[in-house]
Amino acid sequence: MKLKLKIWRQKNSDSKGKMVTYEIENISPDMSFLEMMDVLNEELMSKGVDPVAFDHDCREGICGSCSMFINGEAHGPDRYVTTCQLHMRKFKDGDTIYIEPFRAKTFPVIKDLVVDRTSFDRIQHSGGYISVNTSGNTQDANAIPIEKVNADKAFDAATCIGCGACVATCKNSSAMLFVSAKVSQFALLPQGEVEATDRVLNMVKQMDEEGFGNCTNTGACEVECPKGISLDNIARMNRELLKAQFKK
Amino acid sequence: MGIKLDSSILRKVAMALSGLFLIIFLTQHFIINITSVFSSEIFNMFSHFMGNNFIVQFIAQPILIFGVLFHFIMGFYLELQNRSARNVKYVKFKGGANSSWISRNMIISGLVVLAFLGLHFYDFWIPEMKYKYVDILAENPFRYYDELVHKFNDPIKVVLYCISFFFLALHLLHGFSSSFKSLGTDSKYSNSINMITKIYAIGIPLGFCFIAIYHLIGNFVTH
Amino acid sequence: MNRITYSLNYRKPKDQYKASDELTVCLRYFHKNNPKGKGKIIKKSTGIKCKLSDWDSDWHKNPNRYPIKSSDKFSIKKNKLLNEKVINFKSFLKKDSQFEVSDSFVLSSNEPDGPLAQKWTNHKNNIRLVSPANKRSIDVIVVGTGLAGGSASATLAELGYNVKSFCFQDSPRRAHSIAAQGGINAAKNYQGDGDSTFRLFYDTVKGGDYRSRESNVYRLAEVSANIIDQCVAQGVPFAREYGGLLDNRSFGGVLVSRTFYAKGQTGQQLLLGAYSAMNRQIARGKIQMFNRHEMLDVVKVDGKARGIITRNLINGKIERHSAHAVVIASGGYGNLFFLSTNAMGSNVTASWKIHKKGAFFANPCFTQIHPTCIPVSGDHQSKLTLMSESLRNDGRIWVPKDKNDAKAIRDGKIKPTELDENKRDYYLERRYPAFGNLVPRDVASRAAKERCDAGYGVNKTGEAVYLDFEAAIIRYGKEKAHLKGLNEDDIELVKDLGREVIKSKYGNLFQMYEKIVDQNPYFTPMMIYPAVHYTMGGVWVDYNLMTTIPGCFAIGEANFSDHGANRLGASALMQGLADGYFVLPYTIGNYLADDIRTGPISTDLPEFNEAEESVKLKINTLLKNNGSKTVDYFHKILGKIIWNKCGMSRNKKELKEAIVEIKKLREDFYKNVYVPGTNESFNEPLAKALRVADFLELGELFAKDALERTESCGGHFREESQTPEGEAMRDDKNFTFVSAWEFKGSPSEAKLHKEKLSYDNIELKTRSYK
Repeated sequence: MKLKLKIWRQKNSDSKGKMVTYEIENISPDMSFLEMMDVLNEELMSKGVDPVAFDHDCREGICGSCSMFINGEAHGPDRYVTTCQLHMRKFKDGDTIYIEPFRAKTFPVIKDLVVDRTSFDRIQHSGGYISVNTSGNTQDANAIPIEKVNADKAFDAATCIGCGACVATCKNSSAMLFVSAKVSQFALLPQGEVEATDRVLNMVKQMDEEGFGNCTNTGACEVECPKGISLDNIARMNRELLKAQFKK
Repeated sequence: MGIKLDSSILRKVAMALSGLFLIIFLTQHFIINITSVFSSEIFNMFSHFMGNNFIVQFIAQPILIFGVLFHFIMGFYLELQNRSARNVKYVKFKGGANSSWISRNMIISGLVVLAFLGLHFYDFWIPEMKYKYVDILAENPFRYYDELVHKFNDPIKVVLYCISFFFLALHLLHGFSSSFKSLGTDSKYSNSINMITKIYAIGIPLGFCFIAIYHLIGNFVTH
Repeated sequence: MNRITYSLNYRKPKDQYKASDELTVCLRYFHKNNPKGKGKIIKKSTGIKCKLSDWDSDWHKNPNRYPIKSSDKFSIKKNKLLNEKVINFKSFLKKDSQFEVSDSFVLSSNEPDGPLAQKWTNHKNNIRLVSPANKRSIDVIVVGTGLAGGSASATLAELGYNVKSFCFQDSPRRAHSIAAQGGINAAKNYQGDGDSTFRLFYDTVKGGDYRSRESNVYRLAEVSANIIDQCVAQGVPFAREYGGLLDNRSFGGVLVSRTFYAKGQTGQQLLLGAYSAMNRQIARGKIQMFNRHEMLDVVKVDGKARGIITRNLINGKIERHSAHAVVIASGGYGNLFFLSTNAMGSNVTASWKIHKKGAFFANPCFTQIHPTCIPVSGDHQSKLTLMSESLRNDGRIWVPKDKNDAKAIRDGKIKPTELDENKRDYYLERRYPAFGNLVPRDVASRAAKERCDAGYGVNKTGEAVYLDFEAAIIRYGKEKAHLKGLNEDDIELVKDLGREVIKSKYGNLFQMYEKIVDQNPYFTPMMIYPAVHYTMGGVWVDYNLMTTIPGCFAIGEANFSDHGANRLGASALMQGLADGYFVLPYTIGNYLADDIRTGPISTDLPEFNEAEESVKLKINTLLKNNGSKTVDYFHKILGKIIWNKCGMSRNKKELKEAIVEIKKLREDFYKNVYVPGTNESFNEPLAKALRVADFLELGELFAKDALERTESCGGHFREESQTPEGEAMRDDKNFTFVSAWEFKGSPSEAKLHKEKLSYDNIELKTRSYK
């Protein structure tokens, strides 16, 4: 395959970036998108050009590092995959591919396609946990039975990989899907109930302080989420927050 | 109440509640208007009641005005905030791949509806207020129907009217069901809510257009 | 003999003492030619006294080399102290470079006395503690935030230590533990199928082919149950049954169901649990988190680990961090093979740096090759993806019986589904009728390689076998049809029903396979091939998880301790969390008890200067090197050498070749590597070059270790040591030991120390799965 790549190049967080066009040949349809980027970088380096920086690590769709906005969509045209699992067979010979970083004020660019997502970490610090110490004598794991339906829902919410595709794809750069997934996981489990009020208030507060946009229920996040996190979680978080307001 | 709108979710809930309130108003408005098709007496009776009842005029009306203003001001405020949340825009953004045009452009449909409301106020509400509270003219419980019919004799106005309702339909198509999500409705109700949304969002604006066209045609026939 | 020994300080002839007399223990260092000319023996008093009756004059014969018998009330404490004195004495001698000190003495596992089941409890009762007030003035560095590092950071912070955590990823949540699929073992016996701590211990030692330390493994099994309690309390959503209780599945090589799981994402859920515990401590200010930081050296002050040098991956800043102890939790070194299931960034640098500063590296050649990975599709391949071991519960592995059929399949002339049942060779069922498709990982991997090498491979490159779910689909489909009262003979209906069942069990794995290979595994068999997955070898640690550098600890996959020569499925998660939540936080106190009055460690010490300068020098050398080949070029060649010559089966000739080739490659690397850009920017090629430089050294030690161990055991198969049927043959007489390598300037000079393994509670048996 022969492709034309239009890639966002930006030296560092202080400089202004621009789209740069590269031509690339001999791409096999069996390559993953990131392997195609590897080929490009090897080529750039052989010409003495600074390779394109991008985040990646596990390359099996679970670490949430990769963060490319490909042809106007987070993680590209395929569904339920991250960029590393996107394969070149999804493109046609001769295609032009636009590659941009995940964009939001809360995700400042570090270099090229690498962005800083520590805002997500800070939201988690504000309440994404159950306060339990490692003592070795917490109660037995089977002491509280949990309804399978709720356990499964909690699991589904917990599969969020924190990649930020929801923010990148939302026209408002809202982080509601990410935050609600964590709030939901704990809201659905009895262990999480004790701190539920403070958790939702603090996490939403932190989310707002970071400067994410507001949710307008467009549903784009759910469609682009590589793990298929459901919009239900957002409704659940709204509910949790309202409950918390009355309890406060 | 002491509730401060200091969180994005509360603001969103406030948007939903004000929107739903406006939907209730719109329903009530429609019910009264549609009577004009069947009977001028009933229409006049309702209109007179609405226009002269103390509770409606001095309690419900200010709340409504507040609701309208709140919904619009908050809408603009949130839109500005949302826009500033992405300081560098995408070169290529394929919104259509994952969401509907309607949901992404509530500000546009909202603005059209706002413009229409301006026109509507100019057309109906301001003359009405002038009649009642500035010129303090005598009460006439039978004037409303004629005034209504008179407003619809200009085809251009009717076309504008219909276009506005088209945008209102778009606004409602997303806004109605979205407000329930904002209020945290469980997804098990989402199918029925979506159904009701479609019926309401298409039915009510269509009804308003029907009333306008009905009177327009009526005007042609009688003249 | 250059070694330090214990002796009693007799002040008059021995026979004039009574058994109840107390004497001081002293250390003696004997040297043939003491340069200072004051005789051949250097003596140092320890100040520790012991009754003559409690003195074990045969101390050098017992495995722990403890000189004071347990008849002394304080024997454990005294022996510990003595051991520390030896370490201090040695570093004192070493400072004077004219002494050459043998290290063999130090290799004591420090395991506590007493019966196996009591060891950990006794140990916890006897080790020294640090008071809460004093913990506040003690800093601990943790490198790595996977299951081990994350859980250790959180627990140490909970206890009150000031923790500094480091990871090279942009968030601790992205550590590669997240990719573990199958599950985590725990001896809970919730299924009532006879599981127990002892059984888990036994299975782990046996599965590891009797090359792990008994006491460590028993402790692991003992705390395994606590892990599940802890994780559930943290909100980890394990799979549950309809009754609301936790569900279990069974994994390869064992006879009970003890594996807890969260669909195919158990590692993710456990890691997020540890991450959330960390978040709580970060919010409290007890953990200082350093994302996108890579550790590039350890700093030793007075022989103790007192800090690290890091590089900020965003702006290249070289930073100094000091602490009273350093914990390495940086994972395994599978990326040595270039292609592995490890993450792209996984590296050996932290472990290798401490190795070069005095930590012994144990059993480097013990690597696990996982049998069920998606095969390589071409030269562009950057990494491999695992398909969970749980698939072997329902999949049958086969290749064509006839080489011509295999060729036809390779050429795309026939489809696997068209091949008749009697033309298929279910080779695992044929060779190992008792365990069939569920033989342990090492056995399954070698069998696949054997078939492919013989020319029966089924993908384009001839390096793949089939994992077929057809039989399971029909079996489940019939059950379902029977349950629903439908026609069990309607094969299409049955298959549809069966596919639904398979989807509910392995849906995410099947989807992953389809995305990568572009074939639908519900309708055509999966292609799989073995790939490097886990490294059992790692930094040598004692029972307290301390390396041979005082104050430097290693936990999780980074250490060597619990899996012997082969790891059982679902045990890696268990070990990481056991080390981090329940072991290290206690044992580190024993060491830190000495540091309560040390005060903050200054980063202006000359040792920090020196380490920082050497790091900077290394970076500059690489950047200024005007080569022409990229880092990946060298990494790929290294991977090929290791995979071909030190992979699933090894022999003397090829191992020797590998050593030479890697050495040459390393020289070539420093001559010809091209690293673009500057240090002061986000520069991934530079970060990679620093990692590959260490792999190039480790690779040689890896081959050297494999060469030295002429037996076959676990994941290490020496062609010279096999039964006539081609099965692995262990040599317990000569190799029941841990190979711990001491760095001596270069990998080829590394010195071997042996930690003898003794099995007092289980009998050494030959593994047989026939």
